[in-house]
Amino acid sequence: MSTLPDPVEELLNAALVGELTVVDGSGHPVTYPLIPLYDGEKIYLTSSTLFSRKLEHIKANPKVSLSITDPVAVGGRTDRVTIQGDARVIEEDPHGGWERLLPIWEKKEPSIVYFLKARVALPLFFERSLIEITPRQVLYWADGSPATAPVVSDAGKAAA
Amino acid sequence: MMAAATAARNEPMPRTPALDVAAGLTKLASYPYQILTFVDDAGYPMSVALTADIDAPGGTASFRAPAGFTVPTGVDVSLTGSHIRPQPGYGYDERRHVTVWGRAATVGDRMTFRAARAWGWDEAEVPFFEYSERSTAQSKKYFDALSVERGTPVKPKLSFGWLALRTTRLPFLSATIVPVVLGIVIATRQGFFDPPTAILTVIGSAFVQLGLNVANDVFDSVQGADEANVTPTQFSGGSRVIQYGLVSFRQMAGLATTFYVAAGLIGLLLLALRGSPELLIIGVAGFIVSIGYTAPPLKFVYRGLGEVAVAIGFGPLMLLGAYVVQTRGELSWEPFVASLPIALLVMLILYVNEIPDRRGDARVGKRTLPVRLSKATVIGGYRVAAIAAYVILVAGVAVGLLPIPALLALLTIPLALQVSRGLEPNYDNPYGLMAVMGVNVKVHLYAGLLLLAGYAVVLILGAVAPSVDLFLG
Repeated sequence: MSTLPDPVEELLNAALVGELTVVDGSGHPVTYPLIPLYDGEKIYLTSSTLFSRKLEHIKANPKVSLSITDPVAVGGRTDRVTIQGDARVIEEDPHGGWERLLPIWEKKEPSIVYFLKARVALPLFFERSLIEITPRQVLYWADGSPATAPVVSDAGKAAA
Repeated sequence: MMAAATAARNEPMPRTPALDVAAGLTKLASYPYQILTFVDDAGYPMSVALTADIDAPGGTASFRAPAGFTVPTGVDVSLTGSHIRPQPGYGYDERRHVTVWGRAATVGDRMTFRAARAWGWDEAEVPFFEYSERSTAQSKKYFDALSVERGTPVKPKLSFGWLALRTTRLPFLSATIVPVVLGIVIATRQGFFDPPTAILTVIGSAFVQLGLNVANDVFDSVQGADEANVTPTQFSGGSRVIQYGLVSFRQMAGLATTFYVAAGLIGLLLLALRGSPELLIIGVAGFIVSIGYTAPPLKFVYRGLGEVAVAIGFGPLMLLGAYVVQTRGELSWEPFVASLPIALLVMLILYVNEIPDRRGDARVGKRTLPVRLSKATVIGGYRVAAIAAYVILVAGVAVGLLPIPALLALLTIPLALQVSRGLEPNYDNPYGLMAVMGVNVKVHLYAGLLLLAGYAVVLILGAVAPSVDLFLG
């Protein structure tokens, strides 16, 4: 069941890229551009084991944020959002577990299915874990401007 | 030449460019906006998109404080730039991002930011495949940690078929099939053909090459050549199944041994069935060339002799070996001359494939010809060897050793020209060179198939019109 405001869901569904920020062991924010995948309830991102340092950080500190800021990546929309939440790493089956999100991924990046068919060429890229984010707080800029304070809502109450 | 070799050895292995603060800020300034990120009081990261004025030489940035937030000043915050270009129906490209960390301070209604360190990736500078290759150690670390967590080994996987294909580099078997079948066909034309031993020869020769392919990975891993290569392609840099954790070193060593034992047993069987001193000599020489290609103490490929070893092994030895099995040891000039163009063209497969590997090879003392020679000499060498292959073919026909239809192989000259022209612009671009390497493999394969087609014409005409002589002189 959706817990996010409609414009935020629209951004999540449209975004070809968002910025996942995790907190490293020294307390510094570390930002990774990734494709956000939204199933109507939770936000998912996938990470190849090749680029799995972010997973180490999340396991040590699950507090993360996901921002969608790039108008080019959302079809020209100028509104922006940052979603703070708690993340967990799903890694029961790095070889194929993530493929349940392939239909959502394919909508944003159709070429991924062709690359997957040729996984022999880049096998480690397709060994992947899922990052599942449970949203806690949403900060939404309708005009996308930092000069305006964002509308803040608790993710659990936003849909009410 | 020595100077060139020394220069190649000293050439630094390309790395993901280390970003100093000024370079990081310069990149950051190229993005249309920046994302300010900090950790809030509740411990969650917080990001706000804004536009910063960046003074890269000064190592600073400034921006208007975002409304509604208190940006922390005593801890590191970051500014990030991120870019993609959407490609409808495909996804996106032009991926790049950069993050600069530093401390922020409030000055009136603005904030200043003094940068301390930077990190980023731009696929225009480090192609995605290279970036992935450089990250192999992180994947290994991940699986090692997961194995510890679960108390049982967890490894990356591929389906059996793909894994077998990758591990053995099966598509390269054309390098064996072409000369062996040609040797059998030439013997057939001369009136010698024994189907059971012909089939055994093909299988045994294939095992020799599979053993070589796998042993090459084993010994290159021991000597660090594959680890040092961060720009492998589908044609170069080995199978990498050991580096990726898909197959263990021990399993690979066992597999190479199995292939060689199988090849040895078939070789012994052929000796028993069609025994001749010539076959014994060729077989022993083939094993020495195959195993000594990478394995100590010979290590031909590490001494700049790999190209010659491959030419001899996949040219005269394979072709004459298959031929003498059929003739029971009788030798002639025809198969030897026919083997020479094949030898040169197969050598050129290795030679071109070594070009993208040369920096990694140089680091571990694998002194292949592209490591030893300058770019101009390597490209010139390709042209000379390719021309020699075709000249020998024409000369073989002219003196009556090869049949006229063998000239069909000349149809591959345009492909060789395509390779020759593609080397110069792609010499330093491993991924651009992939298409060239692909065409180069076709030069050998198609030339071999056309030679076989020429002999098929000879065999067919010999059956239907025995009076027609397809040999000059």
